[in-house]
Amino acid sequence: MTAWLVRAAGDFELAEDVVQETILSALERWPRDGIPDSPRGWLFTVARRRAIDRLRRERRYAAKIAALPTPEASEQPDTRLELIFMCCHPALAPEAQVALTLRAVCGLTTAEIASAFLVSETALAQRIVRARRKIDVAGIPYRLPDADELDARLRQVLAVLYLMFNEGYLASGSGPAMRRDVAEDAAWLAELVSQLFPFEPEALGLLALMRLHLARSAARLDGAGDLVLLRDQDRGRWDRAAIVEASALIERAAALRRTGPYQLQAAIAACHAEARSWSETDWRQIVVLYDMLLAVAPSAVARLNRAVAMGALAGPAIALAEVERLGSELRGYHLYHSILAELLHELGRPAEAHAAQERALALTSNRAEQSLLRRRLRDRAC
Amino acid sequence: MKYVLLFCGTDQDAAAFNALSPDELRQRYTEVGKWFQEHQSRIVDSAQLQPPTTATTVRHAWQGGEPVVTDGPFMEGKEAIGGYATIDVADLDEALRMARTWPGRGAVEIRPLMVSR
Repeated sequence: MTAWLVRAAGDFELAEDVVQETILSALERWPRDGIPDSPRGWLFTVARRRAIDRLRRERRYAAKIAALPTPEASEQPDTRLELIFMCCHPALAPEAQVALTLRAVCGLTTAEIASAFLVSETALAQRIVRARRKIDVAGIPYRLPDADELDARLRQVLAVLYLMFNEGYLASGSGPAMRRDVAEDAAWLAELVSQLFPFEPEALGLLALMRLHLARSAARLDGAGDLVLLRDQDRGRWDRAAIVEASALIERAAALRRTGPYQLQAAIAACHAEARSWSETDWRQIVVLYDMLLAVAPSAVARLNRAVAMGALAGPAIALAEVERLGSELRGYHLYHSILAELLHELGRPAEAHAAQERALALTSNRAEQSLLRRRLRDRAC
Repeated sequence: MKYVLLFCGTDQDAAAFNALSPDELRQRYTEVGKWFQEHQSRIVDSAQLQPPTTATTVRHAWQGGEPVVTDGPFMEGKEAIGGYATIDVADLDEALRMARTWPGRGAVEIRPLMVSR
């Protein structure tokens, strides 16, 4: 509905406000008057009427009233893609892209987004207001990018969804009760994008990656809401059917013969998901996949993860040597210190392990991660 | 929509520009000329500015009083505006496309013009 209104009225702020008002009046009237025969038609009709009221009040939009089409709810074209491209426009700050997409495409409230990302509602509301204003004032278009820009812009959209997923996935378990699962929303968006771009293997790869993580999420937190490491997770609680489906997505993507970082990361996640235990994991395959990933998208974090796989394959001493080489780049990354601590612990160097663990704890703001690190420090104190 | 493209540069950009050989300089100007020609229909007006060393700034205080005239540009430090073009295009994507193909190096800031709707 937001998408339809933005297109019809050409005003993002107005569209969002009208949708809010429409939903409020539905919440007020449906319980009293009963649910209308065609809820969709009712919503679109009310939204149109409200939009016209608003436009009348703001006379400057007189010409646009005429442009507002009479809604044929069932025949509304799917314009969510245009909306996604607008929200994920590179002229907006990355955090604003994520927040705006959740707000306008997924319909999350400002409070829900703020609590999912553990930021204050005021700060988040400001971020959204500033972004909406920029869309209107700076003329960020509500349309699909031109053909020659589509690839780059689609990569941008996927990057926003990936960021959204990671933030949501990490924050889960630590937010207050009002939190909604942003990771689930990101996966829903990735599914939508991959349906609209069925021949884009990276969109499929990203969707598979998200689905594989979500399939393991039941085993990720213990009863107290603390993180459980992959190594210690109860694999019986993983969603096997979802893992099989995600693997099929990876195969569909691979058949398109254009490999990329999301597909490779999904393939790595699939190796983990398909393994019966930590020790039975196909580490050799994982190292090969990391090498392929590093060839197309070199990053220190990927090298760190490759080192962990090398450790499982060839022992902690080799892994430690690789990890230590990344020190200058990853000094500020809590998982670097946490992995270093694990390896030092395995190698029987408790004092250094303890110091690394302390550094990891100081660098993370996520509650579930903090409590995992604290528990380790405690367990190994004696 | 109307935008102003501000052609900006840092000290380093200025140094790189000054280090160009006469041939390179000629080629740079040819490319810039070609860019202006290509986008002729979208450019409302444009100008290259004399260097910041030629600028004079008149500063007004909010508390009133005589304005203060100083030698030099308003923007302090390492950044300077070297020129501008006012363009009239459909949306920000079109403005971005122009800015992306700008052959003059440095940075291009895109600013929408305020209009009464």
